[in-house]
Amino acid sequence: MDYLDHLEAEAIYILREVAGQFENPALLFSGGKDSITLVHLAKKAFRPGKFPFPLVHIDTGHNFPETIEFRDWLVEQLGEKLIVGLVQESIDQGKAIEQKGKNASRNPLQTVTLLDTIEKYGFDACIGGARRDEEKARAKERIFSVRDEFGQWDPKRQRPELWNILNGKIHKGENVRVFPISNWTELDVWNYIKRENIALPSIYFSHERDVVLRNGQWMAAAPFLQIDGEDIVEHKSVRFRTVGDMTCTAAVDSVATELDDIIEEIKASTVSERGARMDDKVSEAAMEERKKQGYF
Amino acid sequence: MNILKFITAGSVDDGKSTLIGRLLYDTNSILDDQLEAIKKANRKNNDGTVDLAILTDGLKAEREQGITIDVAYKYFQTEKRKFIITDAPGHIQYTRNMITGASNSELIIILIDARKGVIEQTKRHSFLAKLLSLKKVLVCVNKMDMVGFDPFVYEKIKADYLTLASRLGLENVDFIPVSALKGDNIVNRSENMPWYEGVSLLDYLETVNIEDKKPQPWRFPVQWVVRPQTDDLHDYRGYAGRVLGDGLKTGDEVMVLPSGARSRVKSLELAEKPLDQAQNGQSIIVHLADDVDISRGDILVAVSQPPLAEKNFEANICWFDNKPLDKNQIYLLQNHTTVTKVKVADVLYKFDVNTQEKQYETDIQLNDIAKIEIKAAGDVVFDLNRDFPENSQGILIDPRTNLTVGALMIENVA
Repeated sequence: MDYLDHLEAEAIYILREVAGQFENPALLFSGGKDSITLVHLAKKAFRPGKFPFPLVHIDTGHNFPETIEFRDWLVEQLGEKLIVGLVQESIDQGKAIEQKGKNASRNPLQTVTLLDTIEKYGFDACIGGARRDEEKARAKERIFSVRDEFGQWDPKRQRPELWNILNGKIHKGENVRVFPISNWTELDVWNYIKRENIALPSIYFSHERDVVLRNGQWMAAAPFLQIDGEDIVEHKSVRFRTVGDMTCTAAVDSVATELDDIIEEIKASTVSERGARMDDKVSEAAMEERKKQGYF
Repeated sequence: MNILKFITAGSVDDGKSTLIGRLLYDTNSILDDQLEAIKKANRKNNDGTVDLAILTDGLKAEREQGITIDVAYKYFQTEKRKFIITDAPGHIQYTRNMITGASNSELIIILIDARKGVIEQTKRHSFLAKLLSLKKVLVCVNKMDMVGFDPFVYEKIKADYLTLASRLGLENVDFIPVSALKGDNIVNRSENMPWYEGVSLLDYLETVNIEDKKPQPWRFPVQWVVRPQTDDLHDYRGYAGRVLGDGLKTGDEVMVLPSGARSRVKSLELAEKPLDQAQNGQSIIVHLADDVDISRGDILVAVSQPPLAEKNFEANICWFDNKPLDKNQIYLLQNHTTVTKVKVADVLYKFDVNTQEKQYETDIQLNDIAKIEIKAAGDVVFDLNRDFPENSQGILIDPRTNLTVGALMIENVA
């Protein structure tokens, strides 16, 4: 079997195991390429039936407008249910406290809203698009990754996963994070998007926009970014290799307007995808620490 | 292009991390920011080279202690193949991690230090490879530079290993003399070992065939029933699952287990497109000619070559839990999409994992491997490990903690 067929078959198998083993699952949808790929795989797993889960978007309020536009278009096309958890609501309720200063980001606040949303709807499994090749803590993640009642990941108490047998048994209050594309690399995702002709938000492709230099990386000059006289703002041809919220996702110089250009660009790249994520640069164990708190 | 999943067995001392690091580095699979992170961490091997283990030691506790505790997966690809490397710790106290890693691999690389030859650890890892029915064993005799690239050292180790392999019943063994540190026979054939006529490690990995020689009868565990229940698809009823084995095709006579009901394959579907014949490993939807009562947990099989369906059977088990195996307790056996209540009726014997000798003890602790007899509450559908390993495997779950406490491979009907 071709490697993309193999990865696809494995991901569909995992999605169907979620449907079969859990009462109330959800698919975490960020509007990024990985979760868009998950939606495509869910279609292959369950059509012509409906998805046995809603899509859940944790919206920081600082998303790229293009992402939100794409999300709404996709949901409309699918005819599936979308639930949106708003970080702004968590802030208004005093559950999350906004960071201050120039490098403020709502990225860490997502965890609060995510855990609240899981509790509010009683989700017992949340499917996410994380991949093991992204980051070294994620390389240790199980496909069915159990979180305790407080949403915490305990890397030392993970269940062994043998063959393709997935143990989704949990106690009430716990939930499982499920990662169907664990074994995919960034390049696999792009090759698959090309093969399957999957639509993506426009920001993945090269475009011109105002960008501001922060810690050596070009960030989109968003209205909620504090920009002052000391900042260097330029108008450049860029694209986004990974799409989180606007405060933590850096642009890369690019003239890639087609999928083929993007694939060539990634093959030639000498930095990893997460290299453009400010949230991973905080410390050596930044991702591991966030995951322990409940981040996906 | 297809995928090869392999596991590397050995410890840091055998040059395991160096070998993985060398493969990744020489195939340009390590990116600048990752190299930067490695340099920043400033961890060195005894020989002064940069310690590439940090690439796989993803947890803080692992980096602090300088050891691999958990299983990690690394990915790389060449023009010819995509590879998934499973990196698992080699020490005896991590036997369960090694088994977990091996269960997700098709090939195992066993590293032997040319200066030490076949040691206890080699025997243990080879025993596990046999236990889990891995399709290929590749023995890399490493550190050939430390023995002056001497062909006699290599031949002696090879002969010793073949003796071990024949004692274990391990087939499909290949050998390559290498120096992971110096790069000999890793990507290119070494000029230091003109007497070696085989291929380099990377060449081997790119071309080794791990397909089953003989086709296996198909089995189809039902994961989910697709029922749109819309006006235009009112009668649509599709059984979704992943094909195990070969030859499932339209028109096949089908038996449903455990009920024994019969029908025929009306059509097959792959992502809403019709399919005449399914391949091993495909995730598809099956439609049957008759209205049979089928739900998750049922398994469709070829009438001509059915598997076994039994309540009492013998299995090899590796114990994963801190609490010892308890013969008075009910466990859950999960194999494919089926969960059955079981008890361990008897512990027949335990294996000494280093010498593979049978020990007539019944106390089964963490990391122990034993032959047990299982008594199930209902018929369990399986094939024997020696006939069709993929359909002989299951896990035991402790229903009180929900933890996976054992991995088992069914060996015999009791």
